[in-house]
Amino acid sequence: MTTQSCVMIQKEWDIVAARQLGREIAKKIGVGTVDQARIATAVSEIARNIYLYAGKGKVCFDVIETIDQKGILITAEDSGPGIDDLSMAMEDGFSTSGGLGAGLPGVKRLMDEFDIKSEVGQGTQIKVIKWVR
Amino acid sequence: MRIPILKLYNYLLISIQTEIDDQTAIQFQEDLLNEIHKTGSQGVVIDLTSVEVIDSFIAKVLGDVVTMSDLMGAKVVLTGIQPAVAMTLIELGIHMRNVPTALDLEQGLLKLHQELGE
Repeated sequence: MTTQSCVMIQKEWDIVAARQLGREIAKKIGVGTVDQARIATAVSEIARNIYLYAGKGKVCFDVIETIDQKGILITAEDSGPGIDDLSMAMEDGFSTSGGLGAGLPGVKRLMDEFDIKSEVGQGTQIKVIKWVR
Repeated sequence: MRIPILKLYNYLLISIQTEIDDQTAIQFQEDLLNEIHKTGSQGVVIDLTSVEVIDSFIAKVLGDVVTMSDLMGAKVVLTGIQPAVAMTLIELGIHMRNVPTALDLEQGLLKLHQELGE
């Protein structure tokens, strides 16, 4: 079984703490340097989204293993306003924060798997996975 | 936390060695512009050799500070961007066009030297 580590996102520095923890865990399970940078950057982006749009939330890390591969699962959750139009939010260049954040398409490109659930008024949950190559 | 800015002849040198959060990045932007104003420096090298992560926010702050310095009449060169950082930025969709770069501090100073016609 895996143990989950989480970082609460409430202030700006928590974004840094989350990406540091993400990188640390990735390094520990044997993720290469470039993928470590991809993971740290993706975590930074989703943690900043929480900070900017929801104010607070959390980013959790799990080490996951299947029969033939190992990876890091990152779950970002908040109880913020939610995303009204998910397909629009997944388009390159779309941002409601005035150019802050490269947005979700960038995060998707950096990771191997990407899943998002969002409900207006309820919050947003993003799950991303990077497999060890 | 403040990022130190060193003066060398008519250049300013900055080596970013720590993890930077948003506030530190914004503070640095302000500090650098004030330092350019105070010293009348015409060239700035920001060395990123030790930086392991540049996310969209830090990229925006860096890109902006280049443009802002340019407005004031100082040229900025970013140096030492790591391979992993370059790959990640492009995949993220951040191209940082119009931002002068060089391989390392030495090349950066050389570039400024040429551009300022000294």
